[in-house]
Amino acid sequence: MLLKRLSELNGTSGAEGLVRDFLRQQIEPVVDTILVDKIGNLIATKNGRLSGPKVMLSAHMDEVALMIVDITSDGFLKFRSVGGIDARILVSKAVKINETLVGVIGAKAIHLQKRSERQRALHFEQLYIDIGAKSKEEAAGKVKLGDYAYFITKCEPFGEGLYKGKAFDDRVGCAILVELLKNDYDAPLVAAFTVQEEIGLRGAKVVAYTLVPDFAIVIEGTVAADVSDREEEGWVTELGKGPACSLMDRTALYNPELIQWVADLAHARKIPLQFRRGTCGGNDAGPIQVSKSGIPTIVLSVPCRYIHSSVSIISEKDYTACLNLVAELLKELPRKFGVSSIAKEENV
Amino acid sequence: MSNEQMQSAREFLSLLSAGSGVSGYETSIASMVQERFKPLTDEVSCDVVGNVYALKKGNKKRAKIMLAAHMDEIGLIVKKIDSRGFLRFTSIGGVDQRTLLSQEVFVHGRQAVPGIIGSLPPHLLQTKDLDQAVKMEDMVIDVGLSVAKINEVIQVGDVITLRRETYSLLNNVLAGKSLDDRAGVVVMMVCLEELSRLQHTHDVIAVATTQEEVGVRGALTSAYTLNPDLAVAIDVTHASTPDTKGQVSLELGKGPAVALGPNIHPAIYQHLSETAREQRLPIQIEPIPGASGTDAWAIQVTQAGIPTGLISIPLRYMHTSVETLDMQDVLNSGKLLAYFIASLPDDLEELICY
Repeated sequence: MLLKRLSELNGTSGAEGLVRDFLRQQIEPVVDTILVDKIGNLIATKNGRLSGPKVMLSAHMDEVALMIVDITSDGFLKFRSVGGIDARILVSKAVKINETLVGVIGAKAIHLQKRSERQRALHFEQLYIDIGAKSKEEAAGKVKLGDYAYFITKCEPFGEGLYKGKAFDDRVGCAILVELLKNDYDAPLVAAFTVQEEIGLRGAKVVAYTLVPDFAIVIEGTVAADVSDREEEGWVTELGKGPACSLMDRTALYNPELIQWVADLAHARKIPLQFRRGTCGGNDAGPIQVSKSGIPTIVLSVPCRYIHSSVSIISEKDYTACLNLVAELLKELPRKFGVSSIAKEENV
Repeated sequence: MSNEQMQSAREFLSLLSAGSGVSGYETSIASMVQERFKPLTDEVSCDVVGNVYALKKGNKKRAKIMLAAHMDEIGLIVKKIDSRGFLRFTSIGGVDQRTLLSQEVFVHGRQAVPGIIGSLPPHLLQTKDLDQAVKMEDMVIDVGLSVAKINEVIQVGDVITLRRETYSLLNNVLAGKSLDDRAGVVVMMVCLEELSRLQHTHDVIAVATTQEEVGVRGALTSAYTLNPDLAVAIDVTHASTPDTKGQVSLELGKGPAVALGPNIHPAIYQHLSETAREQRLPIQIEPIPGASGTDAWAIQVTQAGIPTGLISIPLRYMHTSVETLDMQDVLNSGKLLAYFIASLPDDLEELICY
């Protein structure tokens, strides 16, 4: 399964290589051109010679992870986060370093703590990874400063119609993009698998500048906080209610016409759709929207519970609906924007 | 130390570690222990508290030596199923609430249901939240099931274990959950294996005890039942890490810790140390000024009093899901125990008389 493979691959901001190689392999047979730009974005085109507006589909390849920044005198690894991770979720976890080495993030045993310590969160500075090394020298022989550590989490079916796994933000987007590229559409497409979203939406800035699409669809995994007794107005999105169309977040205000088009089409095709009811966070749409003279952009996201942690949850229905909705949008492009069928025949 | 012995000890520990046996709910672990101990001993049985006894007869059956390692683990228990199907829980045994966020679990209802202890994403948190540990009473387990389905398979009172496989780190270091004290059970296995090729005078009864984590209860009843002439408990003890400097002095991989202090019969400590020296097995000394917090504590004052010793495997991050130990310490503990038993005098009174 594509999503399982992508979820279990390790690739954080600036180190997307394994994900990129896998994606390249997946899309090579179904696209016309493929290239990797100077900062690592993977860019593919399809139907490049068709006339009509050029649509950019994008999803980011990177996930949040940990970077090794120091080795202690007794051979433990100190680390910082790459992207936003709450240090409180790190305690009592296993991580993988350099694809082969396993380490654990433990903590002082409860027996050795003062009562007050149990109420205080542990911070990055207090945590370390144990790889079982007997000395600093042994650890340094296995791990280099700047290496990355990733959560060890299997992607598996979960509950009723759900999946659990790591890195769904944004491997769900990558998986949907790959599946979209396998179909054919009467429109020129560019697909961008971007780098460095998690540390400041940096890959997207470069691809938008290079590709200059007429408009862009960003496919994401986003916050779903529809849990337990949390008030409904704080949910942002809800699992099982279809992809979420963003209205506004910290990085962008989305084009109302495009939003209306998406909503109408979803309604007409009976595809479930929800709005993203919160302005927290941001994504690649931010820099894309303000690239050059401005690019109309929309975001469709698969809701994910427990995003940016070691294990998150998505609904298979939402994933499929997101895929179907973007496919319908692409099918509607010629009608909406008037792609010439003559131009297509000339190309055949 | 042979590779096969290391391999078989690691495999048995991984099997026990991944299994589920919260205090009071040890039956499935007990079956694994019975199955593994059967070919190594003459008689295997269990009692009403769930303790497993494996008897290996001595040549002369002069005295009864009890070994005790607990097979229960700390865990969680379902307290409430809320209207949206999320599970509230509380702990069984000493669980640090800071080790629970974003943890995968199994809820042991009518079947084992996978669950996740959810965490709010950083996008929705404020800086001040990050300094406070999330309280256990504010956490919930997400099982991804409808309320109707949950009501079919889960009910209040179902126990919950953390879901964690074991991992091999560098050297012979192993990490996983519940190594406290399934590693002790593996020590007894190694000891029984070693005893098959050593001569021993006395009967040895290896007891996998229950309910240690909630008050050493299995040890209390099994010691009463056996009323042994001498007992050795096998447990884990804290090994040093960067955040325990000044608090912990024992180290991983430097050999089993042999305890001394009021909980320990001085002659047993003495004989264990001498055995280690003779067999060139590394040990560390663990002075314990009062309660050892192990089965040894209950055993010592059973019936008319029982001479008791304690061997502990150094272990990091006790009571987390990534407890970490050195397999070499496990094997050395088993060997030490076997040589200790094999070298006991025919008349134990000689040894234990004050």
